[in-house]
Amino acid sequence: MAPLIELTAVSKSYGGVPALTDVSLTVEPGAVHAILGENGAGKSTLMKLLAGVIAPETGTIAIDGQVQRFATPRDAARCGIVCMFQELSLMPHLSVGDNMLIGDGGAALALIRRGSRRAARAVLDRVGGQHIAMATRIADLPLADRQLVEIAKAIGRKPRLLILDEATSALTAERVETVFAVIRALRDAGCAVLFISHRMYEIDAVADRISIFRNGRHIETFAAGTRSHDAMISLMIGQSLKELFPPRRDPPPVSTPPILSVRDLRWAPHLNGVDLDVRPGEIVGLGGLDGQGQQHLMHAIFGILRRTSGTVTLEGKTLTDLTPGRAKTRRIGLALVPEDRKTEGLILDMTIADNLRLAGLSRKPFGLANATDATDAAIAKLIERLGLTYGRLSDPVKTLSGGNQQKVVLAKWLALGPRCLLLMDPTRGIDVKTKAQIYRLLQDLAGEGLAIVLQSTDYEELIHLCHRINVFYKGRVVRELSGAEATPDALIAASLNVSAEAA
Amino acid sequence: MIWLRRHARLAISVVLLAVLFALYIAIHPRGMSVYVMTIWSNQGALLALAALAQFFVVLVRGIDLSVGPVVALTNVAASYLVSGSGLQVAFGALAVLVVGAACGFANGAAVVYGRVPPIVATLASGSIYSGLALLLRPTPGGTIDDAVSDAVTYDLFKVPTSLILIVLVVLLLAIPLRRTRFGLSLYAIGSARDAAVMTGIRVPAVTLASYAIGGFFAALAGLYISMVTLTGDPNIGPAYTLNSIAAVVIGGVALSGGVGSPLGAVLGAFTLKTISALMFFSGLPPLAQPFFEGAILAIAIVLGALGMLRVRSRLERFA
Repeated sequence: MAPLIELTAVSKSYGGVPALTDVSLTVEPGAVHAILGENGAGKSTLMKLLAGVIAPETGTIAIDGQVQRFATPRDAARCGIVCMFQELSLMPHLSVGDNMLIGDGGAALALIRRGSRRAARAVLDRVGGQHIAMATRIADLPLADRQLVEIAKAIGRKPRLLILDEATSALTAERVETVFAVIRALRDAGCAVLFISHRMYEIDAVADRISIFRNGRHIETFAAGTRSHDAMISLMIGQSLKELFPPRRDPPPVSTPPILSVRDLRWAPHLNGVDLDVRPGEIVGLGGLDGQGQQHLMHAIFGILRRTSGTVTLEGKTLTDLTPGRAKTRRIGLALVPEDRKTEGLILDMTIADNLRLAGLSRKPFGLANATDATDAAIAKLIERLGLTYGRLSDPVKTLSGGNQQKVVLAKWLALGPRCLLLMDPTRGIDVKTKAQIYRLLQDLAGEGLAIVLQSTDYEELIHLCHRINVFYKGRVVRELSGAEATPDALIAASLNVSAEAA
Repeated sequence: MIWLRRHARLAISVVLLAVLFALYIAIHPRGMSVYVMTIWSNQGALLALAALAQFFVVLVRGIDLSVGPVVALTNVAASYLVSGSGLQVAFGALAVLVVGAACGFANGAAVVYGRVPPIVATLASGSIYSGLALLLRPTPGGTIDDAVSDAVTYDLFKVPTSLILIVLVVLLLAIPLRRTRFGLSLYAIGSARDAAVMTGIRVPAVTLASYAIGGFFAALAGLYISMVTLTGDPNIGPAYTLNSIAAVVIGGVALSGGVGSPLGAVLGAFTLKTISALMFFSGLPPLAQPFFEGAILAIAIVLGALGMLRVRSRLERFA
């Protein structure tokens, strides 16, 4: 079959740093083409070139055999190329329906017809967004629902080439399956799909062809299923990766008193009586479907929610009137790595150095930002330990890749020397190598006696890292899985609140 | 019920204005009469048109410090152009509106193509427009067609004509803003500019258009002032710039862009004008009036922010 898109010898660099070097790639209609690579391998640059956000310095992009130069995303959309970027194409103050209809190429001044709204509703239903009301503002939706809206928005444009860049990173496995069914249907109808994901099981589930990128170069393209995971990972990082998940350390003895205890925590309607114990040296997982209260529990413990009921105790002392500012003090020693590093974890326009020092500012003598103290030394050590890759510490933090940004968020909290670390989806949208580094770090920290609560949408991560997994359903912990019980089947069954046999 | 919750912000504005208006009528020596209503409505309409000019620019995350100068320039232009035969008056009025739209377009071009921050661009262009107005007519004067003036500043079946016109303008704006892709893209650009680019909205063209529409409404305000005062005055500008900004804020238009409605801007303008009128008839000593005017304004803004009380987590509050 004739290729839909053909890139020939494309190169692009940013300020002298090459992002893509001499890349040639063909994309055929009627296939799902996965692009694999570490962060910084050039995947995002490739997507931006195809979507018309940036233009190549050398080389050509041909569509249906004709060379095209895109000045704006609008030009690319006119050629049938629609890109779903990572949470970048939604307007927070507009409703779900308006977001899906705007920019779809309809006449600018004509009234939007009821038929278009109905069509948008149908697309949203198809990708599994039946529960999302069209009149809701995007700003009021949780991250996972926003991703569904973004996917529906892209599909609603009837693309010839659909680009999904980490499109499903905040979705749980069940939701992802619904989205994949739609992607397969699109593929069977002749649409080409470029799919970027860091989750191997998603690649296995949906990809027909796989291309590996490394350091801005196209390494190899092959049919899905012809290489093992280990072989693919080796190609991606240019060396073999011993093991993604380091061996789990032994849990602390049951007799160890918990450092953090939560009893009957309620915050209607999201939390309906949650109990949780975490011991020093233990990694406790929070799993379940999206929006079953896991995220709210984290926020409640860290003092972000107002008017919660129930108790949170730390080493036997009840914590009342907690705010994030109090929670991070030496006396209490909690730290929260939030779900959305781009808006909640970092101030993107500020420098790496300033972001690293933000959490520790209140500990400076007399609040003087330039006075040095113990946290500055701790930060220097952590940069080393995390293997942070950066140009200069005075560069804005947004110039870093996603994985390195996450390392900055981790470092800024770990520098405070917390006793209990709350992590919300810490490896979302992060490449394999950085994931492995973070997993190793978490194991080491637990070995040093830190108590860790890990909320994740990636069930492999929960199973391989956690000593115990608390599965949430409708604001309650419905099951606790530990040791050999923690299997993917059991976890999914518990998430759906059915017994493993029935699933 | 859902409608009320989504429009709680507007409902508060309406109630606030109703309370202030009732108070105004209660203390006005002549009480409720067509005459009092007409004066009140004419004054409100002047600021409402200026507030709409500000609204379109603020909606796309800009700010327009040249609203007042454009009002003054078009007011002066009207004092030359809007008189003579019926045809001359019609073309004159049209020319005044074109001048306003052109001023807005120039602002937009400076912001979009010149990459000048809106606050600086409109400060500079505002000085130019004021200067032009002063060159054209150093002292107040000129003539305005009486017949047209009478038609738009008195009442129609005992309802102030200006009120009818403002209601018409709000109705005519509401549908295109919320039901067309162009209107939605104004909100989209103010809400998240990068996302709007990614979505394939023609951001430069739409931004330019919204500045031009802003200039058009400033010209409407200038034209309407000439109908009320029957002269052209180059010095009326400054009050309109700051009051138009205050009016949109009271009316629930976010200065950060992407939030608000024309109705809100108009309600804000009438609220502001009612507060000033209330002071005039309050019997308070003139030197004490600014203090109470400021206090009522502060209460109006606090009431407008009542929506924040429903916030359930600290993250929401600071988002």
